[in-house]
Amino acid sequence: MRFELTPRTNSPTVMRVFASVAAFLTAFLIAGFVIWLMGRSPIAAFDVYVLQPLSDPWSLQELLVKATPMALIAIGLSYCFRANLWNIGAEGQYVVGAVLGGWLALRTHGTDAGLWVLPLMLLLGIIGGALWGMIPAFLKTRFGVNEILTSLMLVYVAQLILDYLVRGPWRDPKGFNFPQSVTFDPSATLHPILEGGRVHYGAVFAAIAVLVTAIVLGRTLFGYRLKLTGDAPRAARFAGFSSKATTLAVFAISGGLAGLAGISEVSGQIGQLQPSISPGYGFTAITVAFLGRLNPIGILVASLVVALTFIGGESAQIMLKLPLDLTQAFQGILLLCVLAADAMVSYRIRFVTRGGGK
Amino acid sequence: MTTFEAILLTIVTASTPLLIAALGELVTERSGVLNLGVEGMMVMGAACSFAAAVTFDSTLLGVAAGMLAGALMAALFALLVLGFAANQTGSGLALTILGLGLSGLIGAPFVGARRDPVAPVDIPVLSDIPVIGRLLFEQDLFVYASIVLTILVGLYLMRTRSGLTLRSIGENHTSANALGLPVWRVRFWAILFGGACAGLAGAYLALVYTRFWSPGMTAGRGWIALALVVFAAWRPGWVLIGAYIFGAATVLQLHAQAAQFGVPSQVLSAVPYLATILALLLLSIRHGRAIGAPGSLGTPFVPDR
Repeated sequence: MRFELTPRTNSPTVMRVFASVAAFLTAFLIAGFVIWLMGRSPIAAFDVYVLQPLSDPWSLQELLVKATPMALIAIGLSYCFRANLWNIGAEGQYVVGAVLGGWLALRTHGTDAGLWVLPLMLLLGIIGGALWGMIPAFLKTRFGVNEILTSLMLVYVAQLILDYLVRGPWRDPKGFNFPQSVTFDPSATLHPILEGGRVHYGAVFAAIAVLVTAIVLGRTLFGYRLKLTGDAPRAARFAGFSSKATTLAVFAISGGLAGLAGISEVSGQIGQLQPSISPGYGFTAITVAFLGRLNPIGILVASLVVALTFIGGESAQIMLKLPLDLTQAFQGILLLCVLAADAMVSYRIRFVTRGGGK
Repeated sequence: MTTFEAILLTIVTASTPLLIAALGELVTERSGVLNLGVEGMMVMGAACSFAAAVTFDSTLLGVAAGMLAGALMAALFALLVLGFAANQTGSGLALTILGLGLSGLIGAPFVGARRDPVAPVDIPVLSDIPVIGRLLFEQDLFVYASIVLTILVGLYLMRTRSGLTLRSIGENHTSANALGLPVWRVRFWAILFGGACAGLAGAYLALVYTRFWSPGMTAGRGWIALALVVFAAWRPGWVLIGAYIFGAATVLQLHAQAAQFGVPSQVLSAVPYLATILALLLLSIRHGRAIGAPGSLGTPFVPDR
């Protein structure tokens, strides 16, 4: 027996939503099986991973805090992926955004600087991420270098730059030799939306990014241009759309949003620069973008769902002694299931017994 | 043994895993499939080989487990990109994420364990030649195997009928299918071969290079292997040369760190990654867009009917 694929001519929205949900459930079943193989109860794990975080107000806030950077980055990535360009270095753009924005925070530390510090920090974060993202875009448009490999290699470079800075010139002299910068001044801190709450204004940025992207992709010529460049590059060229300009633009957008996520996280959540400022948000955002089917609203939902696995993973580590790597493995399984579901939406799959085809 | 000889020896050790993984990926890509999951298959190979080697106290079983783990990961990838015609870039990334997570789970009980060095194979008389003797004729079995593998892959692709079939499928799967060539079957085995090689490379890292397991120990080597295939313009001989250039860059960078030139260690650690970008850039400037790339590389195959 083998199976045949026939492209579907149309695929209704209901089916697309259903495919994402089905992918998620399948991933859960596989993860449950893995947990069972490890000799633990999948039911208890489901309780700790999903039910408890959702029933506790503190965890619900934490959910938004963790979803914020992933939503911002994934929204940016959706521009690239729609145009069939593969920016897989968002993690590096996130780090450079945090470094450049953080530089201003450290520069103005203890100077009693005014209200201008924070907006400028955020702007520097966006610029840093955008410039870092445009390196692979430039190498691609100017010299034809594959953007997948260069964007990824630049992640390692960005992490080493941050590592050097916080262990060297930017280390807090009064920090007992810990590799970290001074704590940012209040003027350089992104404040919580609600007094005493944990959710900072980064969540608002993410919401704005979702709204703007929904309009740009659905209602503007630029959105159409991206779709055309991705689906029918030849047609896009005939229409007079420059693929080079598109490449630079989408890398700048996704890099800028990743940079904004980086500086928001550092200034709103961590409060200082340190060697590690992300549990892999930049890579996980790739899963989020696909799980959300490159649709802004879908990405928003997907970021919350994936944030749940991060929080669940942390509490499962404490309560069930399940290793944190399980979360990453789960995210890999989830992405595989999403891609398989994608194929089921794009193609009609028919099982054919040998000799019975045609 | 002089320091110089020792450095040369470590260059060989650092280059071998890159060479093995890149050769596997080369065959996969020549069949028209881009598997970006090398890093994931490699780290799974490292974890499984180390776990098996410690559990059964056998290097041989460790190597077998590593290759099997890489091949199983590759089979999962094949199911997606061949069975479901899924997006190859996305599936490869998913494989890497999954591999990094799963290897952490498998390797966790073995953190802190150590393996004894694998004894080198000493070819009598020849290994007594000064300087190059030990370098060329007293290496571990993997090093010789990797050189033989390079030659075999080159001969297979360029001198056999089956290799020609594989290349033509990679060049244009629609025409190959019209000619009645088994596109899916050939690609399946090519993907599996790539996975087994990545697993073997991981096994070499864990059992010979470091001789311990630490999570994420491949540290981007899988990605560098991918870059090597592009750098080599999909030719096995150039993969060998490229792997040794990169191995040398890695080792010299480590020695420079130890010598403390006053350059921050992070700058030197960035050398392999920057060198990868530079190599890809130079290649593109010299030859224009991706010369030698198989025509159907990365595009899903759905036959017309």
